Amino acid sequence: MIRRLALALVLLAGPLAALGPDEILADPALEARARALSRELRCLVCQSESIDDSNADLARDLRLLVRRRLLAGDSDAAVLAYIHERYGDFVLMRPPVTDRTALLWFGPFGLLAGVGGLLLIHARRKTKTPVAPVPLTAAEREQLRQLEKDA
Amino acid sequence: MKSRWLLAALPLLVLAVLLGYFAVSLLAGGDKVLPSTLIDRPVPPTDLPALRAGEAALTDAEIRALAAQGPLLVNVFASWCVPCRAEHPFLMDLKKQGVTILALNQRDKPENAKAFLAALGDPFARIGMDSNGTASIEWGVYGVPETFVIDRAGKIRYRHVGAIDAEVLDKTLRPLLKSLGS
Repeated sequence: MIRRLALALVLLAGPLAALGPDEILADPALEARARALSRELRCLVCQSESIDDSNADLARDLRLLVRRRLLAGDSDAAVLAYIHERYGDFVLMRPPVTDRTALLWFGPFGLLAGVGGLLLIHARRKTKTPVAPVPLTAAEREQLRQLEKDA
Repeated sequence: MKSRWLLAALPLLVLAVLLGYFAVSLLAGGDKVLPSTLIDRPVPPTDLPALRAGEAALTDAEIRALAAQGPLLVNVFASWCVPCRAEHPFLMDLKKQGVTILALNQRDKPENAKAFLAALGDPFARIGMDSNGTASIEWGVYGVPETFVIDRAGKIRYRHVGAIDAEVLDKTLRPLLKSLGS
């Protein structure tokens, strides 16, 4: 029972951060900012994880650096700029919009708009041939008149 | 009728575009080396205690002063790094030819680093201990080994990520050092 409960707890906890207990700052507000910044920074060793998720030495060093800069009074933007200056665009999980990354940023929207447009044109065409109402015959008109009278 | 045809072909078209994109990036972008932001910029602030007793600290001022005498290499190494062993003979070779090589000894125990150099030979004119990796971050280092080429003005001209091999030495490092007036 207890084992099952423990398993459930582990599963519920979701992916754990790689953050070691010795890294956590005493000030909860500052720590929250550090965690948020860690999620914005890519681990250069593993390249598909943020430094918040990575166990690499470099990721740990960068997490500690983020905390040192915050303790020194840097703003969030200043901390990101400091690391960006040393490691380039790749270190940012959300790379800045430049002509090299424009396709990355706007490509999906372009694709979506293109496909949506085609679908819309297709749907329009289908409904554009409305069936003209056929006039009632004399017999039908008489039938309708009878029905209305009975009602 | 024609538009229905187009609609049916659309997924295939999208697939073709994606496949083309992946094929190009797979075939063209062979190596995953990230560019350095420090190229053509002065050596970053550095201040590391020397590994060898009785030697001055390795500072950016020191690196600039040494570079003024001729272009030099700054090599990031560690005793725990396997490719560092592979590139070591090439560093010894460069030293023999009179190239000054400085070292950032990253995240290493001093005794391990000393044992490494005692066993394989010591190609370094100066060795700074970067025990917590702080200086490596200043240099934008993301893997060990990495090698930087510094020109006479104290600017970083080139960075090589990974072990130096015969090809890198002959095709890149030697010509570059020569063109910088080694």
